[in-house]
Amino acid sequence: MNLLEIKNLKMDFGSGADALRAVDGVSLTIGTGETVCLVGESGCGKTVTALSIGKLVPTPPANSVGGEIRLNGRDVLKMSNAELRSIRGGVVSYVFQEPGASLNPVFRVGNQIKESLKLHKPEKATNEEVIRLLKLVGIPAPESRIKNYPFEMSGGMQQRVMIAMALASEPKLLVADEPTTALDVTIQAQILELLSELKQRLGMAILLITHNLGIVGDMADRVAVMYAGQIVELSPAKELLRRPLHPYTRALMASVPKLHGDADRLSAIPGNVPRIGNFPPGCRFAPRCPIAKPECSAQIPELVEVEAGRFVRCPFWK
Amino acid sequence: MNATTPIQNSIAEQPLSPWQLFWRRLKQRRIAMVGGVILILLYLVALFAGFVAPYSYDRQDRDRFFHPPTWPRLSGFRLVIPRYEQLPGDFNYRAVPADTRPVHWFVRGDEYKLFGLIPATIHLFGTGDERYPVYLLGTDQFGRDVLSRLLSGSQISLSIGIIGILLSFTLGMIIGGISGYFSGWTDTLIMRLCELIMSIPALYLIISLRATFPPGMSSAQLYAMIIIILSFIGWASMARVIRGMTLSLREQQFVLAARALGQTHLKVIVRHILPNTFSYVIVAATLSVPYYILGEVVLSFLGVGIQEPNASWGNMLTAAQNTEYLRNYPWLLAPGAAIFITVLAFNFLGDGLRDAADTKAL
Amino acid sequence: MWSYLIKRLLHLVPLLLGVSLLTFLLMSLAPGNYFTALLQNPQISPETVDRLKAQFHLDQPWYVQYFYWLKNVLSGNFGYSMAYHIPATALIFQRLWNTFLLSFFALIIAWGVAIPLGIWAAVKKDTWVDRGCSFFAFVGLSVPDVLLSLLALWFAAATGWFPVGGAQSPLYDFQSPAQQFWDRAHHLILPAVVLAASDLAGIMRRMRSCLLDTLRAEYVTAARARGLSEGWVVYKHALRNAINPLLTIFGYSLAALLSGAFIVENIMAWPGLGRLTMEAFFAKDSYLVVDCVVMATALLVMGNFVADLLLAWSDPRIRLK
Repeated sequence: MNLLEIKNLKMDFGSGADALRAVDGVSLTIGTGETVCLVGESGCGKTVTALSIGKLVPTPPANSVGGEIRLNGRDVLKMSNAELRSIRGGVVSYVFQEPGASLNPVFRVGNQIKESLKLHKPEKATNEEVIRLLKLVGIPAPESRIKNYPFEMSGGMQQRVMIAMALASEPKLLVADEPTTALDVTIQAQILELLSELKQRLGMAILLITHNLGIVGDMADRVAVMYAGQIVELSPAKELLRRPLHPYTRALMASVPKLHGDADRLSAIPGNVPRIGNFPPGCRFAPRCPIAKPECSAQIPELVEVEAGRFVRCPFWK
Repeated sequence: MNATTPIQNSIAEQPLSPWQLFWRRLKQRRIAMVGGVILILLYLVALFAGFVAPYSYDRQDRDRFFHPPTWPRLSGFRLVIPRYEQLPGDFNYRAVPADTRPVHWFVRGDEYKLFGLIPATIHLFGTGDERYPVYLLGTDQFGRDVLSRLLSGSQISLSIGIIGILLSFTLGMIIGGISGYFSGWTDTLIMRLCELIMSIPALYLIISLRATFPPGMSSAQLYAMIIIILSFIGWASMARVIRGMTLSLREQQFVLAARALGQTHLKVIVRHILPNTFSYVIVAATLSVPYYILGEVVLSFLGVGIQEPNASWGNMLTAAQNTEYLRNYPWLLAPGAAIFITVLAFNFLGDGLRDAADTKAL
Repeated sequence: MWSYLIKRLLHLVPLLLGVSLLTFLLMSLAPGNYFTALLQNPQISPETVDRLKAQFHLDQPWYVQYFYWLKNVLSGNFGYSMAYHIPATALIFQRLWNTFLLSFFALIIAWGVAIPLGIWAAVKKDTWVDRGCSFFAFVGLSVPDVLLSLLALWFAAATGWFPVGGAQSPLYDFQSPAQQFWDRAHHLILPAVVLAASDLAGIMRRMRSCLLDTLRAEYVTAARARGLSEGWVVYKHALRNAINPLLTIFGYSLAALLSGAFIVENIMAWPGLGRLTMEAFFAKDSYLVVDCVVMATALLVMGNFVADLLLAWSDPRIRLK
C-alpha cells in the first residue's frame, strides 16, 4: 500500500452554477521514501492539490466534490477534525513558498518549533531537541538562534527553520510548495541539497511542487505535469527529461533557455494559460498546441499508460 | 493556424476600466445603494426646503406652543386635518375629529426664496387655513413648526458637511502632495504642523478658533466662518495620509516619465500623483462628512454656532436639553433623528465605497 | 526599546509648547476679554481695571503675555481664574481629574466590550452573530454623541435610576469613604457608557477586520498545517498578531474620546475640562481657555505615548528594529 494515494480528486471553488473547478480528476500516488515533483505553471491547481492532502484548503470558498485522498490507507476528506489534527504534522508536514510569511512574526523561533514538538512528540519538547533540529537543517550557532524572531533572520535561514519545524514531528511525507522560489539562486541550491540529504537520512517521502523544470532532474524520482487542473503527463523523472511525451511538457522543456547550441530566439508557448472557469472544450492545451487536430477539441483525452510507468493525456504523443 | 482563433478571442475581450469595475462592484452592494439613495433624497429635499416646508422657519404661532404633531387622516379619498383645541393646563391639546379641513397640494403660503434667489409662495402641501395648521412634527417652545425648521436647518447642516469636506480635502490633498513630493524641510515643517493640529482634541481646538470671532457677525458670516473652522481642523489628517501615499507614488516610473517629458513639479503632483489617491480620498471624504455635520451641530447646540432665529439641527436640539421638555414634548428630538439618518446613510455609502475600492477582497 | 521611548517622550515637549503657543495666539486674537465686561460694571472704576490688567500683564503684547504664562505654568502656577475668583491651578486639576476619570472608564468599557465582540464576529463570520454585530456597529457609529447624551439624560430623568448630572451628590462630604466611592461611581456610569458607546462600534469593526486579515495570513495556514487546533490557531497565533494593527488606532480612539468627552460633559453636566472650557469661553477668561486646551492636549499626548508603549511591548518588530 502506498503512503499517499490521490484518486480522481475534484475540487471546486464556489458552489452551484458559478462553481469553478480548480482540480479536475487528479490521481497521484507516492510511495514511502519516494520524491515526486508536481510541475506546472501558476494557476494550474498544483497548490490546491497539495493543500488538499492535509485538507488545508479553506472550505467555505472551496469544496471537494469527488475523489479521495488516502494517506496511509485512510481517506483524508472524510476525517474528523481530531484525526486531521493528528495527521497534520504527524504524517504529513508542509513547507511553504514564503518562509518569512509562514513564521509567526511575534513569536520566537525556538518557541514555535517547541510548540510543534509539544503537540506531536511531547516527550521531546526540550530546548536540546530544538537545537538538534536546527543543527540538522544546517543553521549555524543554533543555541543563540532559538531566541531570534523570524524577522531577525535571512530568507534562507527562515526557510531552514520552516523545514526544521516541519521535521520536528517526524512526518512520513513532506509537502514542499515551491520552497525555493522566493530565495536567491545560491540559497536555492543549498535548500534543495538539504532536502535531498534529509530525505536520505530520514527516509521521508517528498512531494515537491515547482514551476521550475531545472529542479526536477536533481530531486525527483517521478514527475507529474499539471495543466489547467489536470495531470497531463506522469513519468519517472529521468525518462521524462530525456524524452518528454506530452506536447505541453515538450514545449516547457523547449522553452528553457540553453547556453549551447544555436538559437536565435527564445521559444515560448504562444497564448496564455486558460483561467479557471474559462477552460476550452476538449483538450485544454489544444488552443496552444503545435500538433492540435480538430478532434482534440471534441472531448478531453484520458490519461493513458503508454509505456511502462509512463502516462500521457494525449492520443498524438508519438 | 487553427490555434490562433481562441487566442484572438481572448485578446479581443475588452477588460473593464478601473472606474467601471468600481461602479459595478458598488452596485452589487445594496446597502451602499440604499445609503446613496437616502442621501440623494435628503439633499434634494434640502435644496427645495422652502417649497417642501409648509411654513417659514421663523413663523411663530402664538396660540400653539409645544403643539403635538398633527397628522392628516384619510376621510373617503381625501387627506384631512382636524382642528385641535387647547385644554386647560400647560400646553395640552386635543384633536376635534369632526371638525376637519382637507389638505391641498401646492398651496399658497408664507413667502420664501427658492434656492435663496427666486421669491415664491407655493408650498408642497397645506390646508390654506390658519385655524387648521399642518404641524407634522409639532411645534417648539416658540410655536414654530418643527418640520419647517428641520427642513430649513437641513440646508445649513447638510451643506456645511459637503462644503467643509470639499475645502479641507482639497487643501489636505494639495498640501499633503507637496509635502510628500518635495520632502526635506517643507515636509518636516508641514508634518509638524499637522501633528500639532491633530494633537489637540478636535472640539477644544474648534472652540478656541470660535473664540476669535468678533461679536455681532451676521448669520451668513457665521456660516462661512464655521466652515472655515471645520476645514482648519480637517485638512491635517488628510494631508498626512496623502503625504504618505505621495512618498511611495513618487518613486514610480510614471512620475519619472512625466518629468522626463518636461512636466513641471506642480503638474506632476496635480495631474499624475494625486489622481492615484482618489480611491482613498473618495472613501475618506464620504466617511468624514458626518464629522463636519456634527461639528456644526455641536457648535450650534452649545450656542456658539448658528444663532436663533435661524434654524440648524444643532440649535433646535438645545431645547431638548431640558428634561421636562423632553419628557412631555418628545418631538423636539426630531433633529436628532434627522442627524442619525443622515450619518447612517453616509456610513452605509462610505462602507460600500470602501469595499468596492478594495481590490484585494473578493 | 528604551531609546525609542525616550525619543518619543522628548518629542512631546516641543509639541506641548507648540500647542500652548498656538492656543495662546488664538486667544489673543479673541476680541475683548474678561475686563471688557468688567469695564461695563459701574461699580468698578477704570483705574482698578487698569491695575488688574497690568497685574495680569494684559496690557502687554501677546508674546510677552505668553512668556509670563509659560513661566507660571512651569512652576505649577496656572494663575488666577478671573471668572471664578479662585486660583486656577486647583480648579484645573480637579476638572482634569474628572475628565481623566470619565475618559479612562469610557476607554475601558469601549475596548473591553468591543474586542470580544469583534473577535466573536470574526470567528463567526457571515452568521447571524456577525451580521447582528455589524448592524449594531453601524447604528452605534451613526448615533451622534449629542443625541445619545440627550437620550441618556431623558432616561435618567424618566427612570430615576441615575443622577442627572454632576460628579457627586450634595451630601458627598457627609458620607463615609465607601459611600463616597459608590456615589462617585453611580454618577460616573451613565456618562462613561454614553461616551464609550460611539467609540465602541468603530473599535469592534476594526478588531473584526484585523482578525479576519490575520486569519488569511500564511502563517495561520502553516500553523494549521502543523496540526494545531483551530482554537489555538485563532486565539494564540492570529489574535496576537491582530492586536498590533488595532493598537495603532488607539491614538485616534483616544482623540475621539476626548472630543466626545467635551460634548458629554457639557450636556450631562459632568464637571470636567470640556465643561470648564465652555464656562471660560462664555466668561471670556482667555487664560483659562488656554489652560484647558493645553491640559486636554497633554492628556491626549500622554495617552498616545502609552499607546506607543503598548505597541512596542506587543510587537517585537517595533521593539527591536
